[in-house]
Amino acid sequence: MSRSDPNAPKKLAMVSSRGSLDWAYPPFILGSAAVAMGWEVEIFFTFYGLSLLKPDLKASVTPLGNPAMPMKMPFGPQGFQDINWPIPTALMAAPGFGSIATGLMKKTFQNKGVASIEEMREICIDMGANLVGCQMTMEVFGFTKEDFIEGAKVGGAAAFLASAADADVSLFI
Amino acid sequence: MSAIQEDKVLDCSGLLCPIPVVKTAKAIKEIEVGQILKMISTDPGAPPDMEAWSRQTGNELLSSSEEDGKFIFYFKRIK
Repeated sequence: MSRSDPNAPKKLAMVSSRGSLDWAYPPFILGSAAVAMGWEVEIFFTFYGLSLLKPDLKASVTPLGNPAMPMKMPFGPQGFQDINWPIPTALMAAPGFGSIATGLMKKTFQNKGVASIEEMREICIDMGANLVGCQMTMEVFGFTKEDFIEGAKVGGAAAFLASAADADVSLFI
Repeated sequence: MSAIQEDKVLDCSGLLCPIPVVKTAKAIKEIEVGQILKMISTDPGAPPDMEAWSRQTGNELLSSSEEDGKFIFYFKRIK
């Protein structure tokens, strides 16, 4: 779609380069909001973002190297839930702590009424977003197109740039 | 405000961004051009989001109000 056409829909082009739970939300939230506004959407998944194209999403989160990450408890009285629990550095590195943090984040998001990554990815696909895996990093990390959800495409840097050149909003996530 | 007669009601209570926008986009396609959709949301971010959605899609926001912690929107399907 050319930008010279004033009636052409707006377009959002994003690079998604991180596959952890906290970094998985932004591209799918923005992508689903954009398709809902009638925009064209292209998301280019590269490096660790590639795992967000797998049918079975196992995105997790860790407070390790994520020092600003607060921990909220998804259960108990409201006052207890509202506390931002400080996390000692030694605990961040403790075995199994990543899965505890992942569980807490998923539960808190669900309790607050936030859709899951899977739901938002489904919305993006259903409403016509282009999800593209980066061919080069697929080779490096050993992915094939068959490892990804149905409808995912494959492309390279030049193809993404050509598409992003027509976009009204471009983001690197 | 209560004079507006809706053709369809969409209750997005308890749902946060971006789901009210997504559900509104789907629901507006289920009514005819010229008909009116009433959307109810408890998301504090809904007023600016729904105004933006209206501007971007061209569907007219007839009314936006707040009652008992709920945000009520009336949209007219334009196209």
